[in-house]
Amino acid sequence: MGTFVPGTPKEQQELLHAAGYRDFDDLFSVIPESVYLKSPLPLEEGKSELETEETISRIAEKNKVYRAIFRGAGAYDHYIPAIVKRVTTKETFLTAYTPYQAEISQGVLQSIFEYQTMICALTGMDVSNASVYDGATATAEAAELCVERKKTRVLISASVAPEVRKVVKTYAFGRDTDLQEIPVKDGKTDLEALKAMVGDETACVIIQQPNYYGLLENADEIGEIAHGVKAKFIMNCNPISLGVLKTPAECGADLAVGEGQPLGMPLGFGGPYLGYMASTKALMRKLPGRIVGETVDTEGRRAYVLTLQAREQHIKRERASSNICSNEALCALTAAVYLAAMGPDGLKEAATQCYSKAHYLQQGLEAAGLKKAYDGPFFHEFVTVSENSAQLLKKLEEAGILGGLLLDETHILWCATEKNTKDQMDEVICLAKELQKGGEKA
Amino acid sequence: MKLIFEKGSEGRKLSILGTCDVPVSLPEEQFLRKEAADLPQVSETEISRHYSALERRAHGVNNGFYPLGSCTMKYNPAIDEEMAALPGFTRIHPLQDEESTQGALEVLELMEKKLSAITGLDQFTFQPAAGAHGEFTGLLVIKSYHRDRRDNARTKIIVPDSAHGTNPASAAMCGYEVVNIPSAPDGCVDLDALRAAVGPDTAGLMLTNPNTVGIFDKNIEEITRIIHEAGGLCYYDGANLNAIMGIARPGDMGFDVMHINLHKTFATPHGGGGPGSGPVGVRKELGCFLPGVRPVRGEDGKLHLQAPEKSMGSMRSFIGNFLVVVKALTYVTMLGREGVLEASRNAVLNANYMRKQLEDIFPAAYPVTCMHEFVISLDELHKETGVSALDAAKALLDYGIHPPTMYFPLIVHEALMIEPTETETKETMDEAIQALREIYQKAHENPEALHQAPLKAAISRPDEVQAARKPRLTYGMDA
Repeated sequence: MGTFVPGTPKEQQELLHAAGYRDFDDLFSVIPESVYLKSPLPLEEGKSELETEETISRIAEKNKVYRAIFRGAGAYDHYIPAIVKRVTTKETFLTAYTPYQAEISQGVLQSIFEYQTMICALTGMDVSNASVYDGATATAEAAELCVERKKTRVLISASVAPEVRKVVKTYAFGRDTDLQEIPVKDGKTDLEALKAMVGDETACVIIQQPNYYGLLENADEIGEIAHGVKAKFIMNCNPISLGVLKTPAECGADLAVGEGQPLGMPLGFGGPYLGYMASTKALMRKLPGRIVGETVDTEGRRAYVLTLQAREQHIKRERASSNICSNEALCALTAAVYLAAMGPDGLKEAATQCYSKAHYLQQGLEAAGLKKAYDGPFFHEFVTVSENSAQLLKKLEEAGILGGLLLDETHILWCATEKNTKDQMDEVICLAKELQKGGEKA
Repeated sequence: MKLIFEKGSEGRKLSILGTCDVPVSLPEEQFLRKEAADLPQVSETEISRHYSALERRAHGVNNGFYPLGSCTMKYNPAIDEEMAALPGFTRIHPLQDEESTQGALEVLELMEKKLSAITGLDQFTFQPAAGAHGEFTGLLVIKSYHRDRRDNARTKIIVPDSAHGTNPASAAMCGYEVVNIPSAPDGCVDLDALRAAVGPDTAGLMLTNPNTVGIFDKNIEEITRIIHEAGGLCYYDGANLNAIMGIARPGDMGFDVMHINLHKTFATPHGGGGPGSGPVGVRKELGCFLPGVRPVRGEDGKLHLQAPEKSMGSMRSFIGNFLVVVKALTYVTMLGREGVLEASRNAVLNANYMRKQLEDIFPAAYPVTCMHEFVISLDELHKETGVSALDAAKALLDYGIHPPTMYFPLIVHEALMIEPTETETKETMDEAIQALREIYQKAHENPEALHQAPLKAAISRPDEVQAARKPRLTYGMDA
């Protein structure tokens, strides 16, 4: 059996006696007899570290690791600088908990303060919290905080990723929030429909930029429509795209949220990821979760603390703005180190390459007969229409390439990032062309 | 020390990306940001040194004793990290086909089986990313259950006054009214108060057991019976599961829904405040309401993802904090059935050892056998000497010890909640006991000195009032 209990049986016995117990049964005699387990748990026998390593590694080998990935749809394959991994595996960052004791947690607190600053630099917003679970829960929390007594209806565009919409809907089920979807027209939020839907009761309007289909929404205009009825405007933005795209603040957003995974976190079959959440100063005291602020110590030295805690569950209990306690601090640290490593130029370069490569791939696929499903500018994702979509993905799979996501029989949602080389894209295009020719012959 | 924004210089950068190998293009002007994001412009050396300096100004389980009650700061095994870093886990996309992720689905299947064996509940979702997220999920299971039965009058959740703040906050997120019930003098649920509180409007009860004063509620079965007879469901807050693995099971106690903090009981690191993982387990009959998708083994012997029939929806994107689950699976695989029992036994043993050794100066608020943690009250010391629980906690910092949880639970005045965990040696606990004895002595000899503690930390006590009154939340923000 493996164990991390340092005490030998003899030492355990000594502790038992020192604490006034004969043995473990005596120690646990306070447990009601009727629920005290009499037989061992139906678990396997424990293993040594070596045996465990073999067992778990064998399970990992059952997963297929692709040599190239052209799938996004909410989780993105970006290059992770080596320094990011080195910093975030530092044992103290890994094993510390929420920095409740500021005096010995300045390192963690300062790293969160720096993260908050970087998120604000990226989004243009005034304030950021220390993180929430992921982009979907960040969106859901943002929606809920906009709901007030007379502002009860949340409007979310159907062009927001389904993974996000599902979570917003489930959170809304919790508080019985009135949630409605804004229809999509030509792959984008239908502005005419939105204009007809908004009213005095509208609490907020939520869009995703770039949206689920990769298209760029007319964010400014949507923001104006929302503000026209005094509703809040929430933008869920891909953080890499903000290397070049107009910031949520420039688009008039009240809240900027999104999935921080592209900022240095591996795909990891879905997590841990990072929900970032930033707002205007006006909404500062409504934000959920931890927030770090700057202050001074008794000697006037600069210091950092968890602050504005009157919002939080441990103070406010049922009247708190959210129940969140543990968030994704290590992922926030990851994002901060990633952004420091990339810098303004590097992030812009990553975003530019994502854009350029996605457009190269799209043009190549179009030449291979995969038509673009929607017109209009897109960032690093796009949808194609073709008869042989499933076969193409199968062919790519056989070549060790994870193709785009099959949306239905004919539509594929593709993604390209800075990691995808021209050679890889040419290979995809070439396979698509072969399939097209094969199709023509048949 | 300097912020990263105060280091570096204009144009300084790393060499991460090469030249773009396709023609470069950009969206039209109207979609572009006016200025580049104002991010640090630093070298790799500077990043390396900056974060090393920050690391030195932090305290992890690797640095020293961390008896932070209710957080289970046990040692985080190195092997768990190695397994979670395997490319077979890190490099798979959450929307890959089932066929290509059989290993990942097996991780979930195996973990569900193990958690089921330990808790006595049947089906689990791994979507919740933390304990509080698990509470929210579990309460939505309860809400879904009542809605499904068209029993819409059930609008109240009963929560003892000793509960973690997340409990009432989670209930509020589900639209429930919170009914707080007082604890009995022995720290357990006051059965009469509970009987008086239940009725046709009871949706359920949220209970932490062992409770937040570290006591296993002797009436646990009576409690779940009272709730069930009133037509409610019982939610078990698994924050304190580390006390009872192999000893007692929430399922056997009559609980219907629970969450588990993998980052507490299953030794995954806390990461400075996450990522955690808060899987929620339910009885078979409630499995149909769980969120997300679950792996189910088909007749072909392969694992397939299925959404439960009456699923509440989704609590998080994709499958949840998967890599955290890998760490927890590695841990529990290594421990096995004897190991989990040994862990819980020693967690409880260590707590009782410390409780007993401190009894003469800091008696426990409830002087009976505790589970994996216990609460001491410094109320008397405070009245006698003016030294508060906060002062004592700050004094511990100078001994290189992370203080216990302060001022919680709310029902104990000047509370310090101590949870040593099973991975500490007798020597470490003896050092902490000695430190507390010295602090006790200093409190009587020179209380003034303790108000100044800590003296050896990176900073002295920070001005929290100023931080909240004039919030400065980013570098460059005007306070």
